[in-house]
Amino acid sequence: MLLGTDVTQVEAWRKLQEKLTAASVTDRSALLHRRANDTRSDVVRMIDHAGQGHIGGDFSVTDILTVLFNGVLRIDPNDPQKAGRDRFVLSKGHCAAALYATLASCGYFSPDELLTFMGPLSALNGHPNRNKVPGVETNTGPLGHGLPVAVGQALAAKLAGNGARVFAVMGDGEMQEGSNWEALMTGAHYGLDNLTAVVDRNRLQQGARTEDTSSLDPLDEKLLAFGWELRIIDGHDYEQLAAAFKPSSTGKPVAVIANTTKGKGVSFIEDRVEWHHKVPSTEQVVLALEELA
Amino acid sequence: MSTTTTTPGLYDNRTAFADELIQLARTDDRIVAVCNDSVGSSNLVAFRDEFPDRLINVGIAEQNMVGVGAGLASAGYIPFVCAAGPFLTGRSLEQVKADVAYSQHPVILCGMSPGMAYGELGPTHHSVEDFSWLRALPGLDIVVPADRLQTRQAVQQAVASPRPMYIRVGRHKVPDVSPAGSVLERGHFQTLREGTDVTLIGTGTLVSRAVEAAELLAADGLSVRVLNAAYIAPLDVASIVAAAEETGAIITAEEGNVAGGLGAAVASVVSQLGRDARVPVRILGLTEFAPTGSTDFLLDHFGLTPAHLAAAARDARTNG
Ligand SMILES: Cc1ncc(C[n+]2csc(CCOP(=O)(O)OP(=O)(O)O)c2C)c(N)n1
Repeated sequence: MLLGTDVTQVEAWRKLQEKLTAASVTDRSALLHRRANDTRSDVVRMIDHAGQGHIGGDFSVTDILTVLFNGVLRIDPNDPQKAGRDRFVLSKGHCAAALYATLASCGYFSPDELLTFMGPLSALNGHPNRNKVPGVETNTGPLGHGLPVAVGQALAAKLAGNGARVFAVMGDGEMQEGSNWEALMTGAHYGLDNLTAVVDRNRLQQGARTEDTSSLDPLDEKLLAFGWELRIIDGHDYEQLAAAFKPSSTGKPVAVIANTTKGKGVSFIEDRVEWHHKVPSTEQVVLALEELA
Repeated sequence: MSTTTTTPGLYDNRTAFADELIQLARTDDRIVAVCNDSVGSSNLVAFRDEFPDRLINVGIAEQNMVGVGAGLASAGYIPFVCAAGPFLTGRSLEQVKADVAYSQHPVILCGMSPGMAYGELGPTHHSVEDFSWLRALPGLDIVVPADRLQTRQAVQQAVASPRPMYIRVGRHKVPDVSPAGSVLERGHFQTLREGTDVTLIGTGTLVSRAVEAAELLAADGLSVRVLNAAYIAPLDVASIVAAAEETGAIITAEEGNVAGGLGAAVASVVSQLGRDARVPVRILGLTEFAPTGSTDFLLDHFGLTPAHLAAAARDARTNG
């Protein structure tokens, strides 16, 4: 492991957790919104510095990550390998920047590290590596790997009887990989009600819209037909996200279709296919940081 | 240590690939392209614009993509199946084995941006195991064009060939190395420089680096042979035997893992020669998953520079 816990940052994260627990619904959403946009700002700075990255998908998944790491996952950034912890798998590993910024905000490592993103010998590779970055549970990058691993982790939690829950986030384009559908069958077959599979449904993939490439719809009917409990939400609404991440009510694994906007948070990046991995110019960085302030 | 070559023009071979493909497709409507949401990164935008019906984008589904390619080939089409190298070969390895190599459907597998072209994206996106994996599949040609001319010739040969083929289509910019008028020959290394003291065998991005290393060694007074291993399968056994017989040592260099790649192939030939014909061999390549870094940084990191090649040659000559 190249990076270690930042105790001061963990303390700040704990304080935020206390505030969130005590807050009213409106205040909670405001706090999470602030946290999410700070993460997006970190992502802008990281990509600006590295000269590459996947900003569109980073921004669509940021609210999902923010809610998971602030109140849903039972984790301890001071003890990243704690037995029986909940597990999170970012299957769409190209959005590593958003994950790194989120993990740093929890104190898994110092936020000062973020600007090493993709630099020579940095722990913060373009795709996440569990052997280098605490909080990363498995290495991702090739699409279609996260859900089978999450199924294994959920099975392990069942076997161990430790009550741990497992969350995996896939891109919608990523759902074109057959491995996901194999894992969906296994998850349903074993009744993994401790597993939640989130689809970041921003309707864009690398080169075009999903429905103009290899249609996924009716995605809802497919997930239901594969035997999962289905929740369809606005993936940028903090209360809806929190509700969607509640445990299964049916004994089946839970699939969440999180309807999102690729590039969410910065007007000129939103819902434009070219921003899959376009890098903002110096002026655009300033504008983006202003919009996220 | 500087790794960028001194030759003025540096080129992304994907451009020559796409140009040649379009030119041939204009007169041969059996040519189709199949890809995995990689229209842009496979440089297929112009192909799609000109032949919208002949670009089949299966989405992010590489196993399916290779199977679809095999089906098209079985029905008389000439499919160029294009995807980033690691997903084309690693993800779809069993399709490549059963549907392409074993079935002998003449699919053209185009490993785009191979080697460590995707530097900072890391080992999941590096295609450095392809030689090892694909060399184990009988009946699959493995072609590694070193420059623009060879890339065009590889595309032409693929169309004419009745056999399946894997082509590494380089993205990391390289200089032209092929002599004007030279011809890419199936199963042959190309001799870029004659010599009798030591042989450097490079492939892909390492060819121009081998040429530079030869210049460094020539400055020491050594007579250096440089071979461009543009075909890795079928292997040019005769050239390897000749290098062993006629020069004192063989150095191989590849942007790939040393376990089972070009160097391993060369060493396997040399080690089976009679005692008197054997020569020392040094194999340069990757030995572990790459750390974070740009392509040039990583080529340095793994000792794939002209200076490292020259040092390996001196070492082999001195220490045997
Ligand atoms: C197996 C595999 N094939 C191709 C790629 C290249 N790739 C990286 S991101 C991407 C598009 C992903 O689209 P989506 O899953 O919708 O993610 P998002 O739009 O949220 O970024 C592609 C094709 C890959 N990483 N892995």
